[in-house]
Amino acid sequence: MSSKKVPFLRIKNIHKNFGHIQALQGVSMEAYRGEVLAIVGDNGAGKSTLIKILSGVLTPDTGTIQIENDIYRSLTPRKAIDAGISTVYQDLALGNTMDVKSNLFLGSEMTRRGFLQKKRMDEEARKLIGSLEINIPDVTVPVGSLSGGQRQGVAVARLVHNGGRLLIFDEPTAAMGLNESSAVLKLIKRLAAEGFAVIVISHNLPQVFHISDRICVMRQGKAVKEFMTCDTTMDIVVSLITGVTTQ
Amino acid sequence: MRKRKLQDYSYTLILLGLLILLIAMMAVSSPYFLSWKNCRNILNQSAIYLVLSMGMTFVIAAGQIDLSAGAVIGFSGMCMGLSYQAGFPAIAAIIIGLFSAAFIGLINGLIISYGKINSFIVTLATMTILRGVILILTNSKSIFGFGPVFSFIGSGNIGPVNLPIIISLVIAVISAVILHQTRFGNYCLFIGSNEIALNRSGVNVKKYKVMIFTLCSFCAGVAGLIVTARLNSAEPLAGQGYEMDAIAATILGGTSMRGGKGSIIGTVIACFLLNILKNGLTLLAISSHYQEILTGVILLVSVLISEYKEREKSEV
Repeated sequence: MSSKKVPFLRIKNIHKNFGHIQALQGVSMEAYRGEVLAIVGDNGAGKSTLIKILSGVLTPDTGTIQIENDIYRSLTPRKAIDAGISTVYQDLALGNTMDVKSNLFLGSEMTRRGFLQKKRMDEEARKLIGSLEINIPDVTVPVGSLSGGQRQGVAVARLVHNGGRLLIFDEPTAAMGLNESSAVLKLIKRLAAEGFAVIVISHNLPQVFHISDRICVMRQGKAVKEFMTCDTTMDIVVSLITGVTTQ
Repeated sequence: MRKRKLQDYSYTLILLGLLILLIAMMAVSSPYFLSWKNCRNILNQSAIYLVLSMGMTFVIAAGQIDLSAGAVIGFSGMCMGLSYQAGFPAIAAIIIGLFSAAFIGLINGLIISYGKINSFIVTLATMTILRGVILILTNSKSIFGFGPVFSFIGSGNIGPVNLPIIISLVIAVISAVILHQTRFGNYCLFIGSNEIALNRSGVNVKKYKVMIFTLCSFCAGVAGLIVTARLNSAEPLAGQGYEMDAIAATILGGTSMRGGKGSIIGTVIACFLLNILKNGLTLLAISSHYQEILTGVILLVSVLISEYKEREKSEV
């Protein structure tokens, strides 16, 4: 299922300070294709900082980021995208008044001499959405009228279409009901099954246990422990998050 | 899917219904209303506002505003006038006028995009500056005596239809195609919908904003040409307040003030609605001041309707 031998992403010994605050103190981690890695931890554990470094918004003080065979000391948003790292933002990525095809093909529209090939894009959008098993019955409606799960689906479809290979989800089911959450989780599992490397940041442990293959617990800027999901329990993870146990 | 599409067009259809109703009412209240002369008058006057509103539709669809559009009418007319007086042939004077108009739009766009300043403030400033510049350069006097080319544009006809109407309809059709069928139009709408998302996708939003404002001012330039041609003179105060009519027509026509949604056909219908209303009031000998009040009221009502629709949607 996952090519365990060669990680898609390997970060080594990442340090990041903001003045006195040591946000990341030597974090090392790997993400593999075909696998869902969940990063869990309390607020202030350093998860957001780590993600910002991976998406190129922040640069680490020390440490390296290796993507397949390329090693980087730091990334820019452009470099991260070109290397295949895509972060799924829910709110800032979609134009609510625009339809699915406009959002999906944003920046990569199909045109013939400047004129949009609307029918073709609608068709392609349907195909892409369908291949990810996202349920959107009408791709011509404004995405603002779609559910949270469907909107996530459109955002993911765009990233996939643009060549994303590592997809990072930051709290993907926050503010979602049960039905919608399950649609998103299904999508995440499907992406891993398709061979993408997936990282999910989440506070929702039941969901984490439902979809992840590996769990990495972070606490106070360190990657405290890593498990195969099947080798651990929620109680153990919770106690590591809160610091009750440190092993 | 068919049901949804009908719902989408319902607003436009209501507008069209109102237009037909208005025409019927006017025809009943005044015997002159449906006379050929009056119709031509309405169409010619509407042409000016129509052209201006086309450019304004793009700007408002992009979530921006251009308050300098009326001033650009006066400015382009002045540039045409001064060039013609200086001895340039009519066609050259027209081209100079159109370029000057587009140039103002370029400046607007550059300051708004790269200076990252609100379009309201920038175009308000440009409007004020232009009005001053026009008065200085014309010495507050009209420029008279445009030749046969201008007369043809102002009152000539091809078949039964006057040139201003033809010009405005051609521009309307082109605008509809650009807004709904091209990548430029799509980005225009997307800038209004979610500028940040568009930027993150690697699209040069600043470049497109500059293009949008240049387009709007170019339309104002064409409107200025029609005004000048019809009056056979470049008036220093030409176009004053016209931007408000253009904004009213655009919003009444269904283009959202928040941006992200635009309708050229809606603007066209709304433009005729407003102008027929004005024409009707004139025929009924009602002072033009009341017409201004009416425009303001319609603008307010359109904004309220527009906001109500948006809020309804977001509450779903």
